[in-house]
Amino acid sequence: MPELRNFTLNFGPQHPAAHGVLRMVLELDGEVVMRADPHIGLLHRATEKLAETKTWIQSVPYMDRLDYMSMMCNEHAYCMAIERLLQIEVPIRAQYIRVMFDEITRILNHLLWIGCHGLDVGAMTMVLYAFREREDLVDAYEAVSGARMHAAYYRPGGVYRDLPDHMGQYKESKWKSAAQIKPFNDARSGSLLDFLDDFVSRFPKLLDEYETLLTDNRIWKQRLVDVGIVSPERALQRGFTGPMLRGSGIAWDLRKKQPYEVYDRVDFDIPVGKTGDSYDRYLVRMEEMRQSNRIVKQCIDWLRLNPGPVISDNHKVAPPSREAMKSNMEELIHHFKLCTEGMHVPAGEAYSAVEHPKGEFGIYVISDGANKPYRLKIRPPGYVHLSAMNEMVCGHMLADVVTIIGSQDVVFGEIDR
Amino acid sequence: MSATLEALCQNLQKHLGDRVQSLKVALGEVTIEVDVADYLAVMNTLRDEAELCFEELIDLCGVDYSAYANVPREGKRFAAVSHLLSIARNWRLRVRCFAPDDDFPSVPSVTAVWNVADWFEREAFDLFGIVFPGHLDLRRILTDYGFIGHPFRKDFPVSGYVEMRYDPDQQRVIYQPVTIEPREVTPRIVREASYGNVENA
Repeated sequence: MPELRNFTLNFGPQHPAAHGVLRMVLELDGEVVMRADPHIGLLHRATEKLAETKTWIQSVPYMDRLDYMSMMCNEHAYCMAIERLLQIEVPIRAQYIRVMFDEITRILNHLLWIGCHGLDVGAMTMVLYAFREREDLVDAYEAVSGARMHAAYYRPGGVYRDLPDHMGQYKESKWKSAAQIKPFNDARSGSLLDFLDDFVSRFPKLLDEYETLLTDNRIWKQRLVDVGIVSPERALQRGFTGPMLRGSGIAWDLRKKQPYEVYDRVDFDIPVGKTGDSYDRYLVRMEEMRQSNRIVKQCIDWLRLNPGPVISDNHKVAPPSREAMKSNMEELIHHFKLCTEGMHVPAGEAYSAVEHPKGEFGIYVISDGANKPYRLKIRPPGYVHLSAMNEMVCGHMLADVVTIIGSQDVVFGEIDR
Repeated sequence: MSATLEALCQNLQKHLGDRVQSLKVALGEVTIEVDVADYLAVMNTLRDEAELCFEELIDLCGVDYSAYANVPREGKRFAAVSHLLSIARNWRLRVRCFAPDDDFPSVPSVTAVWNVADWFEREAFDLFGIVFPGHLDLRRILTDYGFIGHPFRKDFPVSGYVEMRYDPDQQRVIYQPVTIEPREVTPRIVREASYGNVENA
């Protein structure tokens, strides 16, 4: 009898289904995966070390670049950690704005996920639909922060500025006539809230469209059902959080169980899976988009009725307004100190976690009272989920590896940090 | 202090007793410090005891305390800090365990208690050089293949020691000593306790 040996295959780092720079060494017996060893760190930028050399506020834009598919949620955890150390209150309007943008971010993230997951598994059209809707939401990002991705909109003490009264308009060009751009500009004629209101009224129908395309699709189910099953016990052992944990049937959501900001004032439900396979995780994320849509709607209604400040008036933390700064000596000093030396955060340590689209995203900071963090530790959900890769793919076919990477929803900005 | 935190502190004292070196409640978070000899037993109790019930290890990281508050450190230098979460009881806990030897920091591995510790401990080993006896596969994880040193230690410069470039003569990528100068725009400042206090000036 000839000697049989397992075949070792290098998957990635330049593989379109590896979702970035994942290198995986797969040991194959025929087409069955016996062992998977993910090699990560190809995108390591030492964000945590860099943060130790920057003032507190200067690290906010670094947070955007962690999970670069859910930018504002990363900032949220970082700002909350600083606010906890400083023990300052965030104005209620800013809390609603944060909740609204967290949920917009969740929809943005899940739309990208469904597009890429579909693309990996073979549903080519999904990505086109998903990006059509993402366009509207990144426009909302652009309207509040000026940037379509890396917003740096949340600041310690609140948000950078209030919601704008008008939206950017499409302009006539030699490629697009006035008649062609009119339907695009109709929704953009009012304020940002009008624009988002229009979006949330359209979005549930669009989600139904995605579901008709995928949920009962035979090929989709053949690729996803019973692939990468994680039992609830194993999910806890492997530290799963977010949709990965809920897909395994554990109803755990920080927004409900340990509410932060104003999540205890909005009404929404938590979808929970049954079998813990990739298909259940797909269903959970689809339902999460519907629930996020509901939360955004409630925030819009509240924000329309309740004007007010959006950032703390403690000028040791948040800069004063330009007008006050230019007419008042004390505010000028505050502004100068904040922009040169930065704020000082009392000595201590804090861990703050948010329900990030991918799971629990936590920031652990140790301050020694300086104008920079002493140690910053980012707890990335994707890192934990990817560490369970070996366990999830063992015994599956090579093609299922792609499904499982997709259903874990990994992004290397946060995994490699 | 809220009722949940009080209950947690009581349960910790009841089940861990003397094994807790210090118990601190600050900013709504509970932190305990344990000796390295008790570390594994404490972690097992924290997971298995029904009145504590920490099913999940959320995070484990290394910390280098050598430059804390810009003064020379007197105590131990390295610590492994874990964050635990109980889903059943809905509470959190931070556990700190200092490594006894600064020159060869070592803390027992908790991979057998929570499998998720695998990559967290590899990361702490890679970045801080803390060794975790009991870990079955303690390799570097985030840094480059063949990297030398532990970059998150406070005595490791931010710009590193080597840089990589393509060498056209040798037609391959080579490593060379770094050519950039470290630059600090805003210095690190720790104010004394009464700084800016006008009444006591």
